[in-house]
Amino acid sequence: MAPDSGDGALIGEVTGLLADYAACIDGDELERWPDFFIEDAHYRITTEFNHARGLPIGIIDARNRDMLEDRVTALRRANIYEPQRYRHIISVVRLTGSEDGQVQAEASFMVVRTMIDGSQDLFVSGRYLDSIDFSGQRPRFARKLIVLDSYKIDTLLAIPL
Amino acid sequence: MSEASIHPAKELWPNEGLTRVPYGLYDDEAVYLRERRRLFMGPTWNILGLECEVPNPGDYKTTFLGDIPVVLVRGKDGVLKGFENRCAHRGTLLCLERFGNAKVFTCVYHAWSYDHDGNLVGVAFQNGVKGGGGMPDDFRREDHGLRRLKIAVLSGLVFGSFHGEVPPLEDYLGAEIVQRIRRVLPRPLKVLGYYTQTLRNNWKLYAENVRDPYHASILHLFFTTFRINRLSQRGGIIVDDSGGHHVSYSKLDSKPGESGGESDYKAAKLRADDDSIGLKEPGLLAGRDEFGDGITLQILSVFPNLVLQQVRNSLVVRQIVPKGVDRTDVVWTNYGFEDDDDALTELRLMQSNFIGPAGYISMEDGAVGAFVQRALPGAGGATSVLKMGGDGAASQESRATETSIRGFWKAYRKIMDI
Repeated sequence: MAPDSGDGALIGEVTGLLADYAACIDGDELERWPDFFIEDAHYRITTEFNHARGLPIGIIDARNRDMLEDRVTALRRANIYEPQRYRHIISVVRLTGSEDGQVQAEASFMVVRTMIDGSQDLFVSGRYLDSIDFSGQRPRFARKLIVLDSYKIDTLLAIPL
Repeated sequence: MSEASIHPAKELWPNEGLTRVPYGLYDDEAVYLRERRRLFMGPTWNILGLECEVPNPGDYKTTFLGDIPVVLVRGKDGVLKGFENRCAHRGTLLCLERFGNAKVFTCVYHAWSYDHDGNLVGVAFQNGVKGGGGMPDDFRREDHGLRRLKIAVLSGLVFGSFHGEVPPLEDYLGAEIVQRIRRVLPRPLKVLGYYTQTLRNNWKLYAENVRDPYHASILHLFFTTFRINRLSQRGGIIVDDSGGHHVSYSKLDSKPGESGGESDYKAAKLRADDDSIGLKEPGLLAGRDEFGDGITLQILSVFPNLVLQQVRNSLVVRQIVPKGVDRTDVVWTNYGFEDDDDALTELRLMQSNFIGPAGYISMEDGAVGAFVQRALPGAGGATSVLKMGGDGAASQESRATETSIRGFWKAYRKIMDI
């Protein structure tokens, strides 16, 4: 995509979407989290190791928004894990293309995880490879592919990234 | 710390057979060192990986036997070989990559090089430089090979052992375990992807967890919460004679011969109830009776470090890697078969949401061992209580039992002489 005056506005919109998205998760408003996706969105967490080799398994692999809602219900009512919070730090956004009215964007992120006993760790770092749908009232993710730099996950991954 | 301090732990083990296990075994450096020498380097078969991970001559993978770095390589002759990943010269890691292909293995430090059998084939400047230095005349390369592993393969699974007296793999496993391994590995494999889960607990807490059917419906509330009806399932626990290996399985309550095909799951009402807390996307529950026997869950362990998992169509080889007394890596290798159709691959990917560090019915297992580990400091000479289902370690039909955990300790006490 050629840099023109339109790109600046688009980058601004994507940046705003990612900022809202991170605030939603970090603020423990997970019930709002599925609203960031269109109905048939694909949300997948994988590792750079698998991604580079075309290995298809996901750590989370949700094929539509209903599956994201199910995950929130499971986290709230079924799954057992220690209270913990995330802090997303997201890089500046890079637009990488557009297709079928959707904008492809890429951003790096780090998530610091803070446990109930006060311990803090860099939990994960990686890339968001996003396709963003602009056809509705507000931009939403049509695809969010999360590629983690490391293939190791410490203890468990409960809250989404 | 010397191994001499093992003796207090040995004396602490109560005279109640397998039903009481001293907590001191989970955070003791001397126990950990004894496990390395007697158990992992002893007469045990340890999972190293899958044959399909190193398909061609020269293909290698680096992994661990216990916590010892090792290399698995396919030789020019097509035969799998293994050796310690440690240069015989000054002890440097020989291979750094997880996977690769090499004609020879050359150490980065001083370029000592080894063939696929671990024989030392090259020493840089062996004869010195311009007539000076070099190795003495009596230096023989054949005295400085890498420590080799015995390798055995079963249904595409590759096991290794450092011990010269280890029994043949199938004798080690026993006929029932062999049959259950073959059941989930009937055809050539392909890897669908990897991840590693780091647990903040001793490796034996995970080994116990996978042998513990008692906790399944209590700690993992996903199915209960979503009121997923599993009807009357049959199943049981198989423990081999050594105690160290086990199978826990459950199957749909249909008559033999009636199974086969995706409709079976629907017929057995393996679905979310249609009420307020049902799954919005029940597609997660679709499945195929791919092995034709109605068994929907099979968790199999091989002493000491393999867990072979079938959760419906999600198939995983899990390798347990100790990383110190209070740290363990679990390497999850998700697999399918070369001849899987696309629909079956999709089922495996979909159902991977059940398992792994973010899995609906497994994420708790990542944390519960650490909950035990963190409570150890005050445990002193105390012991756990393993009396569910009696005091033996035999196969049982009921899954409200700790028989397979007792089996683990039976095998452990014997090999550790503790």
